Amino acid sequence: MVNKDAMEPFTTAFANAWHLIWTADADLMGVLALSFQVTGLAVLVSCLIGFPLGAILGVGRFAGRSASLVAINALMGLPPVVVGLGLYLLLSRAGPLGVFGLLYTPTAMVIAQTVLVTPIVAALTAQVTEEMHREYRDLFATMGMGQVQQAATLLWDGRFALTTAALAGTGRAFAEVGAVMIVGGNIDHVTRVMTTTIALETSRGELALALGLGLILLVLSLAINAGVMGLRNMGMRLAHG
Amino acid sequence: MKAPMIAAALLAGAAQADTFITVQSTTSTQNSGLYDAILPIFEAETGIDVRVVAVGTGQALRNARSCDGDVLLVHAKEAEEAFVTDGFGLTRQDVMYNDFVLIGPVDDPANVADQNSIAEALVAVAASDAPFASRGDDSGTHRREVSLWPDGPPASGTTYLETGQGMGATLNIAAALQAYSLTDRATWLTFANTDGMTILHEGDPALFNQYGVIVISPQACPSVKLEDAQRFADWITGDTGQSAIASYRLGETQLFTPNATR
Repeated sequence: MVNKDAMEPFTTAFANAWHLIWTADADLMGVLALSFQVTGLAVLVSCLIGFPLGAILGVGRFAGRSASLVAINALMGLPPVVVGLGLYLLLSRAGPLGVFGLLYTPTAMVIAQTVLVTPIVAALTAQVTEEMHREYRDLFATMGMGQVQQAATLLWDGRFALTTAALAGTGRAFAEVGAVMIVGGNIDHVTRVMTTTIALETSRGELALALGLGLILLVLSLAINAGVMGLRNMGMRLAHG
Repeated sequence: MKAPMIAAALLAGAAQADTFITVQSTTSTQNSGLYDAILPIFEAETGIDVRVVAVGTGQALRNARSCDGDVLLVHAKEAEEAFVTDGFGLTRQDVMYNDFVLIGPVDDPANVADQNSIAEALVAVAASDAPFASRGDDSGTHRREVSLWPDGPPASGTTYLETGQGMGATLNIAAALQAYSLTDRATWLTFANTDGMTILHEGDPALFNQYGVIVISPQACPSVKLEDAQRFADWITGDTGQSAIASYRLGETQLFTPNATR
């Protein structure tokens, strides 16, 4: 039996979410825009680093490769709060990078998310390219390709599979709160994103509003994934006939 | 590596606001909506954008010691004075006050409402089986709460629960467990999830809650924007700021009472 009263926060959450979207609430739109900006840049930078790094680990045959793979896989589980704290100590005015004045800026948040997302992209890329490498090995041998060229070839041929790696990273960045809260400071109109807004509203006891914002986050995450998967499938049809 | 630099350049536009100061603040002033009410007045008057980092008083003081701010607005007078004595702050000025209240379940199982003082009320909580949710985070409210127990707070982890979190998170836990807790009045009055909880003990002089403002010393922190920070401190302790604080109300209730001495 469902207690009608007990369901009240959930129905209110839906109503709140709908109201905020329907009225195009200016604060919400600003917060959403910053969320997209920070996550988008962090994922972009992570892919620029993670794809080549992962491919080298996937196809390369060099000393320390296994250790590197273990390390990059372990880094996928980095607790965001620890990343936030480490970056805070680095970026703080009293820290070694303090002179750049990056603490409490969106740039600091992008750096934090890049640290969190790059290992995910790199590890998944290593896995994809390693599997492909088994099929391609003989071909590469007959063509006499070097390791860097092999990595580049596999990244291109595996581009559709690699969208999953980028999406996994996007999910992590979009949903993360611990690190951006510490290095961003959740400053209104400057570093406030969806997840830190949800944390703030929860701390004000506005549970239904916080849940409503969570619903919006969830729907956007679904939309991003559906959109990218749609593009990927379209691309695959074009590429493979 | 070029990518982070590109990212930084792209984001510079988003974060742009030429004149701004960073205020390291306690949470109650933000969560209660006070800043939303008074800061736009200051910003319109001066063109200085105020960026508030709302954390507990303990963390705000630590962040300020790392020079990550221009102004402090917190509520732990002794710690604030130590901050100034240690050379991190220029001067400390009173800004406003409100009071702490003991909240708990409406049916009041420890019978704190009938006690004559906050000390007796807390002893009554300790003597009962009722849980008490403490901040446990070295914040201004936590420091005060610890000091109010006549024989020190009970052992942690029994019925005395240290949440290690902010006021709001602690109040959410208190509401869920129907536990007693100490909070400032402004946060409580603006807190939405009060589920079966109410103010049970209030009015003891020991519950007085003074807020102060400190401009961080440019000697200790060369990055401090002294002129703008001083302007903010002067404003909030001056006529306009003080009357803005006085006129911030929730319904009929005034949440903070200005008491700067000029």
